[in-house]
Amino acid sequence: MSIVQESIPVKIKVKKNKTAYYLILPGIGWLVLFFLVPFFTLLATSLQKPAGTTPDDGYLPALRFSNYSSALSEYYPQFFRSFVFSGIATVVCLLLAYPIAYYMATKATKYRNLMLVLIVAPFFASYLLRTNAWKTILSGDSFVVSILNSLNLLPDGRILNTPIAVIAGLVYTFLPFMILPLYASLEKIDIRLIEAAGDLYASPRQSFLNVVWPLSLPGVVSGTLLTFIPASGDYINAELLGSINDKMIGNVIQSQFIDLRNYPTASALSFTFMALILVLVYLYISRAGTDELV
Amino acid sequence: MENEKENKSKGSFLTRRRMLQASAIGGAAAFAAACGTGGSNSDSAAPATDSANTDGVNKIVWANWPYYMPIDEATGGFPDLEAFTAETGIEIDYQEVYNDNNEFYATSKPVLDKGQALAYDLVTPTDWMAQLWIKNGYVQEFDKANIPNAANLLASLANVSWDPDRKYSLPYLSGFAGIGWNKAKLKEAIGTDTLTTMDQFFDPKLKGQVLVLSELRDTIPLILGWQGADPTNFTAEEFQKAIDYLQSQVDNKHIVEFNGNDYAAKLEAGDVIAAIGWSGDLAQLGDEYGFDLPVTGGTIYVDNLVIPAGSTQKANVEKLLNYLYDPEVGASIAAGTGYISPVEGAAEVIAKTDPALAANEFVFPTPELLKRAFVTMPFTPEQQADFDAAWAKLIGN
Repeated sequence: MSIVQESIPVKIKVKKNKTAYYLILPGIGWLVLFFLVPFFTLLATSLQKPAGTTPDDGYLPALRFSNYSSALSEYYPQFFRSFVFSGIATVVCLLLAYPIAYYMATKATKYRNLMLVLIVAPFFASYLLRTNAWKTILSGDSFVVSILNSLNLLPDGRILNTPIAVIAGLVYTFLPFMILPLYASLEKIDIRLIEAAGDLYASPRQSFLNVVWPLSLPGVVSGTLLTFIPASGDYINAELLGSINDKMIGNVIQSQFIDLRNYPTASALSFTFMALILVLVYLYISRAGTDELV
Repeated sequence: MENEKENKSKGSFLTRRRMLQASAIGGAAAFAAACGTGGSNSDSAAPATDSANTDGVNKIVWANWPYYMPIDEATGGFPDLEAFTAETGIEIDYQEVYNDNNEFYATSKPVLDKGQALAYDLVTPTDWMAQLWIKNGYVQEFDKANIPNAANLLASLANVSWDPDRKYSLPYLSGFAGIGWNKAKLKEAIGTDTLTTMDQFFDPKLKGQVLVLSELRDTIPLILGWQGADPTNFTAEEFQKAIDYLQSQVDNKHIVEFNGNDYAAKLEAGDVIAAIGWSGDLAQLGDEYGFDLPVTGGTIYVDNLVIPAGSTQKANVEKLLNYLYDPEVGASIAAGTGYISPVEGAAEVIAKTDPALAANEFVFPTPELLKRAFVTMPFTPEQQADFDAAWAKLIGN
């Protein structure tokens, strides 16, 4: 009896460890199958050379690094534009989201859940439909444009097919991704710390800058990343709301893949884009610090 | 981006709003279909037919351009197709998923190259793309004995260089690419409510007020013809000259957008005053809008019905083709969509039921009009690759 009792905890311990490994297996498998494998096929494709003179002739394995230089020299304006648009959108999102998240975390005890639902609610409708709806809202004869025009606020007399429309679309699309992490980190702040700051004669401004803002940094960092990264790769907003001169890198990649079937150039662009994002995120995180992130 | 030839139709009885609703519902249905269990619901009471299809299922999946089949406003169904099902017991799963020739080709090619079957039994590529499908061996040869009505094909379309005797393809509908405009707004801007020349289209007073079709082969002939080149036979230099001109109009912001899917909605919403667009789309916008081929010429195209290799429904599809080539059916589709029927006798049917429509030269083209309508010359694969790349660059991609 006693022997049995002694051996059981050991067994359980071993089992527990194994279970943990089994549990991460599907996740690892998923990453290998749907990230690592495509990652290398994409890399291989990006270095291929054309087998003939047309896309129908296919492509041959090669180490054609000029795919990268020619793609970059041709499409650097779209790269630049993607990062500018999504950078502006991220800043606007942060400015809009912070007060909302702060209010939800500290003040809105009664309506907090309702507000959360409302923030997530747009996701119940398709992204494409929502962006299409913006096209109607911002169209030439719409009341939004009429009002702004009567106040002489629009330089070109239009919103649709301008950079403003694209950036506004990005802000609208990715705002929840900013609000939710901000809310999560603001909600964790011990209210007594703010009270203590007040007790120590900190002005509201000082207590925000010295207490609330530093404590909310993890939310700010993850919120900006969650907004900036997908926004710079987005192509729906530029496609539906922008003009020819507002196309982003996602539009180029889509067109190279689908319309031109120029797979090497499309892959080289995707790879370059991924590398640029990594560099930007690295620079950002090394400045902001990752400790707060986790 | 979604519906490359959106609104390619429906009758004058359908309002734009109605159409947008239908489009939303279509999108939802497509989504539901994508979530569903892929075709397992085809069991519903398929009545016995003597068809030679190989898997015992009598259901045709047809990939067609959006708004290319008259819709019953009340039910959201397609009366012409429902009549066919009632007559033959063959179900039709009509899907408006053919949005763009290049896009459909890019997604179908890998499947067909492996010798696998597409999810579709009938697809509707434009001439030049149908040519590519036939060249690649992606289509099945018709058994003309099953399609006696194919004799009703207009003589002018009966023989094409890439498919002599129409063994693999039959035209579905044709249309024009020309200039469409909002009459009232045009009058306000340039003082006249008719737009007949490309010079007017590029009048600086219309700066920021025009759209151009994103389909290379539909837009470029209008520019080429205007610049004095022959759209049915032009050189790389002439093409480049047209591209350069369009680029200059993009740079000075005269052209707002290259749009193949909702340009008609944009005309209607007041975003632009004029657009290079398709005849059927503009026809059904109503009397406040005009459409014409510029005096220097526009484009005419034909969309074709082909059976993809691997489809098990060939015999059933041939029945459907035979049905579509019935003059009554051809007339009904032409009347409902505002496009040109390839069926001999459809004109006579409409002349009896709707004389006004029969007189519409964009639905029943006159020889004079056809003189101004160019079929874009066939491209060699190399030209295709070069032109596509130049075009993609022009339209901002």
